[in-house]
Order: sequence, then C-alpha cells, then structure tokens
Amino acid sequence: MKVLTKCCIEGKRNIFNLLPVSCRSDFKAIMCSIRKLSTLAKRQYKTYIFLMIFPFISSSGSESDEDSMSEGEMAALKEEVEEKKKVIATLRNQPWRMKKRLVVLKEAQEFVEKFEGALGKGKGRKLYAYKVMMTKKLIKFKRDFENFKTACIPWERKIKEVESHFGSSVASYFIFLRWMYGLNLVLFGFMFGLVILPEILMGLPYGSIPRKTVPREEQETAMDYSVLFDFGGYCKYSFLFYGYYNNEPTIGVLKFRLPLSYLLVGVGIFGYSLMVVIRTMARNANEGGDGGEEGDFTFSWKMFTSWDYLIGNPETADNKYASITTSFKESIVDEQENQKDENIHLRRFLRVLANFLIVSCLGGSGYLIYFVVKRSQEFANMKKDNLSWFEKNEVEFVMSLLGLVCPPLFETIAELEDYHPRIALKWQLGRIFALFLGNLYTFLFALFDEVTAKLESEKVIKNSTEWVLNQYYSNYSSFYNTTDVPPPAVHPSDVIRGPCWETGVGIEFVKLIVSDIQVTYLTILIGDFVRAVIVRFLNYCWCWDLEAGFPSYGEFDISGNVLGLIFNQGMIWMGAFYAPGLVGLNVLRLLSSMYYQCWAVMCCNVPHERVFKASRSNNFYMGLLLLVLFLSLLPVVYTIMTLSPSFDCGPFSGQEKMYDVIMETIEKDLPAFIGNLFSYATNPGLILPAVLLMVLALYYLNAVSKAYQQANTDLKKKMQMARDEEKNRRNNKDSTNQVMKDLEDLLPNKSLIPPPTEEEPPPPDVVIEKGSKSPKMKPGAAAKGVNLQKDVSLAAPNPRAPVTRAPGPRKGPPGNARGPQPGPGRGRGRGGPPRH
Amino acid sequence: MGNKQTIFTAQQLFDRYRDLAPQLVPLDYTNHPDVKLPYELIGSMPELKDNPFRQRIAEVFSEDGEGNMTLDDFLDMFSVLSEMAPRDLKASYAFKIYDFNNDDFICKSDLEKTLNRLTRNELTEDEVRMVCEKVIDEADLDNDGRLSLEDFQHMIVRAPDFLSTFHIRI
Repeated sequence: MKVLTKCCIEGKRNIFNLLPVSCRSDFKAIMCSIRKLSTLAKRQYKTYIFLMIFPFISSSGSESDEDSMSEGEMAALKEEVEEKKKVIATLRNQPWRMKKRLVVLKEAQEFVEKFEGALGKGKGRKLYAYKVMMTKKLIKFKRDFENFKTACIPWERKIKEVESHFGSSVASYFIFLRWMYGLNLVLFGFMFGLVILPEILMGLPYGSIPRKTVPREEQETAMDYSVLFDFGGYCKYSFLFYGYYNNEPTIGVLKFRLPLSYLLVGVGIFGYSLMVVIRTMARNANEGGDGGEEGDFTFSWKMFTSWDYLIGNPETADNKYASITTSFKESIVDEQENQKDENIHLRRFLRVLANFLIVSCLGGSGYLIYFVVKRSQEFANMKKDNLSWFEKNEVEFVMSLLGLVCPPLFETIAELEDYHPRIALKWQLGRIFALFLGNLYTFLFALFDEVTAKLESEKVIKNSTEWVLNQYYSNYSSFYNTTDVPPPAVHPSDVIRGPCWETGVGIEFVKLIVSDIQVTYLTILIGDFVRAVIVRFLNYCWCWDLEAGFPSYGEFDISGNVLGLIFNQGMIWMGAFYAPGLVGLNVLRLLSSMYYQCWAVMCCNVPHERVFKASRSNNFYMGLLLLVLFLSLLPVVYTIMTLSPSFDCGPFSGQEKMYDVIMETIEKDLPAFIGNLFSYATNPGLILPAVLLMVLALYYLNAVSKAYQQANTDLKKKMQMARDEEKNRRNNKDSTNQVMKDLEDLLPNKSLIPPPTEEEPPPPDVVIEKGSKSPKMKPGAAAKGVNLQKDVSLAAPNPRAPVTRAPGPRKGPPGNARGPQPGPGRGRGRGGPPRH
Repeated sequence: MGNKQTIFTAQQLFDRYRDLAPQLVPLDYTNHPDVKLPYELIGSMPELKDNPFRQRIAEVFSEDGEGNMTLDDFLDMFSVLSEMAPRDLKASYAFKIYDFNNDDFICKSDLEKTLNRLTRNELTEDEVRMVCEKVIDEADLDNDGRLSLEDFQHMIVRAPDFLSTFHIRI
C-alpha cells in the first residue's frame, strides 16, 4: 500500500496540477460518478483514490495544494468515514463469528482514526478535532452511564431464579411488579419532595393552628392503637392527609408556593403516569412482532418457539417436556378431526344463561357495597365505642370478600359456556375487571353522597363559627370601645372544626388499601403456604394422594395477581390527591410484596401444567392499566373542578374552587401578558377550532391506517395465492386454471398437461421417445422440430405448448409413472409405449 | 435498541467462563491465548444443562463446530441469546441451531430430530411424520420440500413467543 501511495503521489500531483482549472471540475464529476457504483466496488475504488490523494489532505501542512482540495473530495472522504462509522455501529447485528467481527472492527476504527483528524483543515481544524474528541467522550460517557443504570436494576437475580423454575410467564408478573415499583418511586419522589417536605420544613409546626391540632375532645384517645389503626387521632392530623396543609400562598424563606405546588403535583402525577404507560405500550408494540394470524404457523411456532431457553431446573424441564407433548397431541387431534357441530341451540342457551347469572352477580355485589357504605355512614354518627370491629370496618371487609369469592364463582359459571381456553380466559379477565370496576365506582358514589352530606353540615358549622366570631368582635369593641380588635385568644384545639371532607375521603381510601394489602397477604399465607404444609405433611396419613389429587399444591395465579396490582394502582392514583402519604405507603407495600411473593412462589407453588401463552398479553395488561388510569383520573378532576374545598382545612381552604389557586397565581405573580395569553387561550372561539382540528386529524390518521391495513391484507392474499398456485402445480400436475381445465375436457387427447418440472430428471422414456418419434402425426399438430427436452427444462412450463406426437395406443399404466395416474397415453413424455 | 448495552458486563462473562475451568483459563487475556473449553464443561453450565438443544447451541457457536468454545465464542453465544440481540440475528442463529446436518436447509430429518428432542420421543412415528409435514406445509414458501433461511425467518419473525423464549439470562 505504501509503495502504491508513493508512486501515486508523483503521478497524481503531476496530473492534478497539469489539469487546467476547467478540468478540475471534471475530477469532481468523476468523484460523483464513483458514488453511483455499487457500495463495495465504490469502497475499494474510493480507498484507492484516497490513497492517491492522501498527500493532499495530510495534516503535515506542507502541501500547498490544500486549497485545491475540492469540495467533492472532502465530501467523499467524509462519506467514507461515515460509512466506516456505520459499519462499526451495526457490527453487533451481523451474524459473523467473533474473530471476524474483531478484525473488521479494528480495521474500521483505524481507518476512522487516520482520516477523521485529517478532515478538518485550516482554522476549522482545531475546532473540528475538539468536536470529534467531545463526541467520543460523550459516547463513552453514555455507555458507562448505561452500564451503571443496568447494574442498578434491582432484583435481577431473584427474578432469574423464579424464571428458571416457573418459566417466562410467571416471571413477567414480577417484572411488571418491578416496573410498578419504579413508577411509584418516581411519584413518591414528586409528592415527597414538592409537597410533604416543604410543609414539614418550612410550614408551621404541629399544634400551631387549628387544622394541625387534635381537637380537645379527641385528645385522650389520640394515641390509642385502635384509633391509630383507624387512621384517626394523631394520624389524621399529620402530613399524611390533606387537612394538615396550610393555605398560605407562600411559605418560608424561599417563598415556596405550597397550594399551587399541591395542585400541580396532584395533576402532574396523572400526567407522568400517562406518559410512562403510553411509552411502555409503544415499546412493547414494536417488539411484539407484526401480529400474523394465529392459524398461519401453528405447528411451526410450536416446534421452534415452544421450548423456553430460560429453564434451568430439571423439574421445570420435565414439566415443559410434558406440556409440549400434550400441546402437540392436542393440535394433532384438532387437525385430524373437524369440529363436530354440536347442538348450537343448547350451547347458545347455556351461554346466555351463564352471562345472565354473572351479570346478576355483578349487580348483587354492587348493591351490597352501596348498602354497606350507607350503613357505615349511620355508624359514623353513632358513638364509636358501641361498634364492634366488624361493624367499623364493614366496608373494606365486604369489598375484599367480594374480590376473593367472585372470581372463582365466575370461573365455575363459565364452565357452562364451553369456550376455547384462551377465549374463556379473556372472558374471565373481563369479568373480574368489571367486578373490580363496579365495586370501586359504587364505593366512590357512596362516598360522594357522604361528601355532599359533609358539605351541608360544613355550611352550618361555618355559619355558627362566623356568628360566634361576630359576637366576639362586637362584644370586644363594645366593651373596650376600640375598633382594633385582636384575634380571639382561643387554643387551637378548642376551635370549632368543620368536617373536612377531603381528609375523610383520604382516610377511606387508605383504610381500603390497607385492608386490601392485608387480605392479599393473608390469602397467600393461608391459600398457598398453609395449604402446601398440609399437603406435604398430612399426605403421610391420608387416604388419597393429596399431592396428585385434591387439593395438591397451588399454581401461581398470574392474571389474578396482575389485576390486583393494576387495581391497587388505580386506588392509589385516586387517593393520592387526598392523602399525600398514600404513595409512600404504596412504595413500602410493593417493596415488601416483591420479597414476600418471591418467597411464596419459590416455596409453595408448582409450575403450571398447561402452556400459558401470555406473551401477547403484555400490552393487554398495559392497556388495562391505561384504562384504569383514565377511570381514576375522572373523580379527582371532577372534585377539583366542581366541589368546593373545606373552609378550614387543606391548602385550598377559603377558595371557591380548588383551581382558583392557579388563577390567583397567574393574576398576581406572573407578568401581565401571560394572564392575557391565558385568557385568550381559554376563549371558546379558540378552543372550538382546536378541537375541530384534532377531530379532523384523528379522522385522517384513522383513514390512513385503514388504507395500510387493506394494502397489507391484499399483499398477504397475493402471496398466499402465489403459494397455492405453485403447490398445486407441483403436486397435482393438473392445471389449476379453470380455463385450462375446461379446454382439457374438450380435447380428446387430454395431452395439454404440462410436463414435469426441472427438478426431477427427465425420465429416460422421454429421451427414447424423442428418438423414435412416430411418423404418425395428429392432424393439425405442430411440426416435428419442436424440442420436447427444452420444454421440460423450462421453469414455467407453458401448458399451451404444441402437441408433437400422437398418443400411443391405450395400455396399462407404465412402470415408472409419477404422481396421479391420469391414464395411459395422457401427456407427452409420460411413460407411453416406446415400443410399437 | 440503539446503543443499549447487554445487561451483563464483559467482566462478569469472563468470570463465568473462567469458573468453568480455572486451571485452563488464564487470568490475563492480553496475549490472546488460544484456550478452548471442551463441550462437556459448556454443556454442564446451569443455564444450559436442561436445554435439549445444548449440544447444537455449542456446535453452532464454536469455531471448530464440535462444541469446544473459546472465550470469543462464549461471548458470542451469550450475546446473541441475550435480551438485547436484534430479532433477525437471533432468527439466523436459531436456524443454524435447528439445522442438524449443517446443510443450510432445515429438511425433514432435521425437523424430526427437533421434534423428538422436544418431546423426548413420546410421540408415535405417525404423529411425528404428520407434524413435520404440517410444518413444511406451513412454512415452505419456495416449495422445495425444506426450509431455507428466508422461509424460516419469514415464519419466525411473526411468532409472538420467539423473542421471549429464545433468550438466556446469565
């Protein structure tokens, strides 16, 4: 290479300098035409050219021809360097051996290093070199950061253990749990950092103002365990709940705007969650593959994708072998016999009956919850001591009970329906979802009634407080004869309090979630652990085999657990606005859940017997989560927009509506033009066109997507048709073309069937027959000269090729016939009688 | 996927490789020593020992085709089988693994061998034959009676399970 360069230096310099200026542009043209060559040839050619012009672009600076380096050369060199960089970047994707990859990488890196620095010239060179160095440093930093981030992912080893024992579908639950934990951690960060911490650090301390103090009548019982477990007493008047927060517009030295921050964080939690969920859904959708139809490749997929390479445990492997075998046998049976058409009417009747039963169950559970919540309102009015524990926690108890009892009930009723297992699972998930949703919303409605009742009573208290205050002022001024009246010196715990409905709602949510946690953990403990202990130890002295028959060890209920997680998250989203401490509680719950459930799964569960195809369900669960997010957004937004906040507790006390805080901030604190901007933006004249535009955009995108889908199905159909054509042509040797079929039937000789394709060696008969072509020709047939051999070797045999020989006399089927026997004398070249 | 790194660093992988045979593998790799671990050691790794295709995997990724792997081969193997590897790369290696006779086509005998390994010879002859015929029927696009790489890729990229099952976590 070096020798070549040397020789070329002289030659090139001479040539280039000898070129008149007008021709130097030709050099540029040559470079442009080089670009049109194929990539590989181009690369080799360019490398050669660059070696030639290397002295001109060397950084030695001694060459005075630097100015003559045309733009084309620079650009070409740059392109070459970019290509090498691309090779380095895509090296990972090439299916080469490691050695080859290393060699190519080294080569490319050397090239890039050599020529990259040389690209910059003159004044720009230093800057260019600096830019290059910074880019390299940035890439290295990014890579190290990514490594660090992946090293920080928690519980990787634990999940791997679960995965190797139970397969990827059970592990997907834990991966989902971990993802939720991450989400909640971020939400907790927001809530804690922007709301709770400022109030604790910069706000007024406990006991200074009425809303932060336990009222006098509750003070004796404020530290009791029972009261604390009900989240009353000191819990109620702490930073965990809405009522603690003061409504001063700014607090502390930093003038932190707490009410504004509270509102924005409350709404921002939803915004962030929405963003994260949609981003994850999009990512899953990309990786999910372009969902081909289910029936297309059943057996192929079963064969090549059913073995889970993650399995690292002999017991699981045994189970997997068994389930794969069963699955194959099932598919074979499916394939061999057609579905018998059973009594459709009976099936339909049973399905309608089952749906009716389930709907009535759902209705019953909804009514039960409503009834219980109403009763709890009555209980709240009675004295606390007369109530038993059961009566105090009736609502939560009933809701958890329904969540436990109804799903198995649905499953039993669903057996009437006799669906395919996958469809049955979807129905089951849908029904459980409806159950949870119905329960939650009934609970909310009942709560809402309570809230309106509290608002009514608040008005009364407000009036009475104002009346007392007026009395005090008038007495004071009349007694002391001044108008400068100091505020009444009443101890904060003695002040008359309003009912503070937001804290009440917050407390209800927290109690619900805590009872949900308790029920989940207890179910795992009893349903899995105690059951496993009983089965293991009682088996020695029991009549039938407990492990093989009833009850045996439990399997991990993936869908139930995932749904529970999703609904728990929905309740957190709903309650976080009224109880800022709830998000922290959830973080703790998810953390403990991870360890507890990992232990329970490894200790008490057995792998599933049946192959659970949960792979496409990832986006299904994310979709559910999105739905739940929207549904939990509604109540919060409704309360922010329509209900008026309590007058004496929380950061919005004293306002008409909660969002007035934003209005105030815009008016008082931000510059005037932003206020104008907002007033313009909220003008209906602007909003309506914007909404119209969005609707039109939606319609357009929908139409485009439909067009793509249609094009997709058309292409698929075409491909399928082409395949079928080829197959038929190969297998049957009958023309698949209807016209040809008809023509065949008309002709007496039936000799228009195409000869066999080129893969099969032309039978010796053909050769012999060609040689001894009968002089008798069919009247009107084509001339003798037609080469039959050529026809046989063509890829697409033309069925309309001319007939060249008369059919021989009918005889029995020849010895070496291929494919279906059309009968003697049919088709050219088929073992007809050579000897006649 | 972009610049995402594999979850395990090169150092961890090297440690795993070395743990298989500490007396054979030197700590210092700067001189590029030519060390090959025999197949028995690779096949006894906990991630692979229960896999019915472990021999084929080792053969495909090893340089000599016998299953004896150098460090480069080892890294290659776990990199392709990791979560981050692109789907097409995995598909081409999967093809090589299931091609038992190394003729760049998955023919009927390859399919029969695969099936027998998957079911540990529990299916009858007839059933095996039927399944193999069905597979060729479904996936063979150019109609040569066997699956070429294009046929295989066309079929496997649509599979919803492929990425999640063709994956080893180390």
